[in-house]
Amino acid sequence: MPSFFCDPIAPCESEPTMFLISSVLIKPFGWRARTAMFSACLLASGWAQAALPIQHWTQPGGARVYLVESHAIPMVDVQIDLDAGGRRDPAAQAGLASVMAGQIASGMRAAPKGQGPYAQAMDENQIGEAWADLGASLGASAGADRMSFALRSLTDPALLDKAVALAARQLAHPAFPEAMWLRDRERMSAAIRESMTQPATVAQHRFDSVVYGAHPYGYHTTSESLLRIGVQDLQNLHAQSLQACRASVSVVGALTRAQTDALVKRLLAQWPKASDCQPLPAVAEVAPLAEAQHLNLPFDSAQAHVLIGQPGYKRDDPDFFALLVGNHILGGGGFVSRLTEQVREKRGLSYSVYSYFSAGLHAGAFTVGLQTRPDQAAQAVAVAKDVVRAFVNEGPTQAELQAAKSNLMGGFALRIDSNRKLLDNVANIAWNRLPLNYLDVWTQQIERVTVQDVRRAMSRVLQPDRMVTVVVGAQP
Amino acid sequence: MKPNLLLGISLTTALLSAPWNALAQAAQPRQEPAGQGSQTRSAPSAQVHTFRLANGMTLWVKPDRRAPTAVHMVWLRVGSMDEVDGTSGVAHVLEHMLFKGTPSLAVGEFSRRVAALGGRDNAFTAKDYTGYYQQIPSDQLAAVMRLEADRFANNQWPDAEFVKELEVVKEERRLRTDDNPRAQLHEMLMATALSASPYRRPIVGWMSDLEAMSAQDARDFYRKWYTPSNAVVVVAGDVDPLQVKVLADQYYGVIPARSVAERKPQQEPEQQGLRRLEFKAPAEQAYVALAFKVPRLANLDVTPEHNDALALTVLAAVLDGYSGARLERTLTQGNTRLADSVGAHNGLMGRGPQFFYLDGVPSPGQTPEALEVALRAQVQRVANEGVIEAELERVKTQWVASEIYKLDSVFNQARELGVAWILGLPPEHGAQLIARLRQVTPAQVQAVAQKYFGDDNLTVAILRPQPLSGQSRPRRAPAGARH
Repeated sequence: MPSFFCDPIAPCESEPTMFLISSVLIKPFGWRARTAMFSACLLASGWAQAALPIQHWTQPGGARVYLVESHAIPMVDVQIDLDAGGRRDPAAQAGLASVMAGQIASGMRAAPKGQGPYAQAMDENQIGEAWADLGASLGASAGADRMSFALRSLTDPALLDKAVALAARQLAHPAFPEAMWLRDRERMSAAIRESMTQPATVAQHRFDSVVYGAHPYGYHTTSESLLRIGVQDLQNLHAQSLQACRASVSVVGALTRAQTDALVKRLLAQWPKASDCQPLPAVAEVAPLAEAQHLNLPFDSAQAHVLIGQPGYKRDDPDFFALLVGNHILGGGGFVSRLTEQVREKRGLSYSVYSYFSAGLHAGAFTVGLQTRPDQAAQAVAVAKDVVRAFVNEGPTQAELQAAKSNLMGGFALRIDSNRKLLDNVANIAWNRLPLNYLDVWTQQIERVTVQDVRRAMSRVLQPDRMVTVVVGAQP
Repeated sequence: MKPNLLLGISLTTALLSAPWNALAQAAQPRQEPAGQGSQTRSAPSAQVHTFRLANGMTLWVKPDRRAPTAVHMVWLRVGSMDEVDGTSGVAHVLEHMLFKGTPSLAVGEFSRRVAALGGRDNAFTAKDYTGYYQQIPSDQLAAVMRLEADRFANNQWPDAEFVKELEVVKEERRLRTDDNPRAQLHEMLMATALSASPYRRPIVGWMSDLEAMSAQDARDFYRKWYTPSNAVVVVAGDVDPLQVKVLADQYYGVIPARSVAERKPQQEPEQQGLRRLEFKAPAEQAYVALAFKVPRLANLDVTPEHNDALALTVLAAVLDGYSGARLERTLTQGNTRLADSVGAHNGLMGRGPQFFYLDGVPSPGQTPEALEVALRAQVQRVANEGVIEAELERVKTQWVASEIYKLDSVFNQARELGVAWILGLPPEHGAQLIARLRQVTPAQVQAVAQKYFGDDNLTVAILRPQPLSGQSRPRRAPAGARH
């Protein structure tokens, strides 16, 4: 069976970034990011949450704050989300948002007023040491939709005060030193070239390009796009993006509402004061595919990598729950999905086979993935396509629907049983502006889904005759 | 923050506390809610409850009442190191087969039942152990204990299921190892650094051994090692220890006792000189890994070897324990940087021999040989000059903080208990281990840097990138060799 951990050692993110922790190969080098897409992690992105009191308010500066008090452990997690993800990258500068977020750690200018803790300029090493000395961390990243910053600290006041001060300074006054960026650019380019020697990466790139066409969801960071990014671009993007009025801030931890309000104010206090917060320009939608495509890319590898799919649905789709349940039955439910049953359990064709929707602000992809010995690729593709087509046409059986509901509803508490998982869920509510009782009614929404709902929703969203199939490394 | 370098083996009981948070308030109204602004409360249930069943099986229970969920695990003190040549990978294949039924449970039914309970299940195999787990709503604990005890005692399947699942395992090997040059390099590194120790074989098994594996190999391994006294049941979460004990007696306690098979020591002879290997693979970046044989922490007794093992872990953290630590600062920065990434890691604990690793990816235009020299020079610098107190404080601060963060995951707490039992450590070893690490002095760190980093106990592996189109190695198993 499955021989890896995913959740909760490496919690699944709501955006499709998954970390596979190999347990077959537990070894020191395994610490390096081994990213992969595997079924155990692939609950439809933006999946849901649970019943608990979420406090919500808007600060005078416009930041929307969401808090779940959790006093059992003296720690706190804070996540700031901004509409500044990769979908707003210029096409020629793919990767800009992600680079900017990453370069937050490469240096800090002196504080304009020059007082308080961490008022002096700091280089990357001083910043790293400062976080280590606090036993705290500040993460920064950009996905397709969001740019996110994540602070984790103990709530011991002596430590937390400093952690908030350092995070506030670092977010507001990054130095973006040119030498650091030029060095990191070389490192990133080398890592990108290395990743393109892996069949999985080659398959994903080609798949994204075809599914998304010219849409920013299909942009890939390349050595060339990185060469077009200069530190001035980083400064400009930083100045545009970090505005309190555009921030949603999610907090889970051992803090009261008053303490949280003060913390968030301090965190954002040094951000530029926007005179107004006009809506950002709209981003075009993902265009549907006009026809089926089959791409066969030669590659000398031990396995052929297969991706099948098309644009999916937007997170605000009214059929969200029917599609969540539907994909759970088709290929999202781990060892009891139709794809696993047909591809792995019955035929032994693949170790990992899955399907998922990447629902975001736009119609992120529906993806079916598997890997198999090169001479079996055609067979595996045929089986997977048959499974998808039959499911879209006929929908689930009543028994399948009931099994999926039992698992999703019965396992609801497992989705929210740690601060880390709670944070993902609260941030999802904040980012997608879901109702505060979203978790309270989640199981009811699942319960309400019928066989007809699933079939109708899946057949509306998916067109098996117009999907793209990418096969890398099949034996000709 | 960089990952904790202790490999997730430590835990503390001191801070696991207040069995109620916001979630518990909502989901478990029977419990008293925390007051506004309340800080951590001490909780009577913070410790691990240990039991021994009549048949010799161990039960460890750790209550954590924050949410109405639980994790149930069974760990066996048998892993790939207990295999013999010719059937490498059988521990892992057997792990897959445990999902294939019992006389009272059809193929695939195990996971279906767990899913119907609202649960998630999986399993894992390592050199030292094999483990199975379910994460469930806590009111379903009895059901998964019954299922798990059944397959522990009565696993049974037709040969045809074995033949199919073996193909799945081969795909797993292709995915994790055969198309991953650094994973392959690590496989070769272990096979070169070790001669007598069973750690020299890959967990997933050599492809040839998988090709030749029979259903009976798996059944024999199961019969030999899956005995009550060779296993621990770990339950963590919203549970009552005494009730769990009653369930364990009912489901696990009735499994007949059998003696555990004899284990041969298979001691690795002392290495007497540098070993070096080259590995060619389609890749863009070169890579170098250095493995120094070092003492392991066999238990918490205070001995010179154990003190050295602990000091080596502190050394690894000083070199690579946080962003901007020594290796990163000296080797990946500046105009003359040698590396795009670097790392240091000390094995510390395990049933077999342990290594201190240094590794790195050379920057474009730099050679792995130059990086190898530079990595060793950083250890030599510690040997010559020692470390400063601030560095030690920094890594210790991180360990102490991580002991609190780790309480957020019930799953990880259960996992740490499982590893502890496998290694013969007491359940409260985590706090003791941190205490011991905090006692390590700069002089001790300097001393181990002087003692263990010569040529004679070193194996060096270098990955030589080959053009993608090259047919320089047989990457594919013969198609259709065995179905």
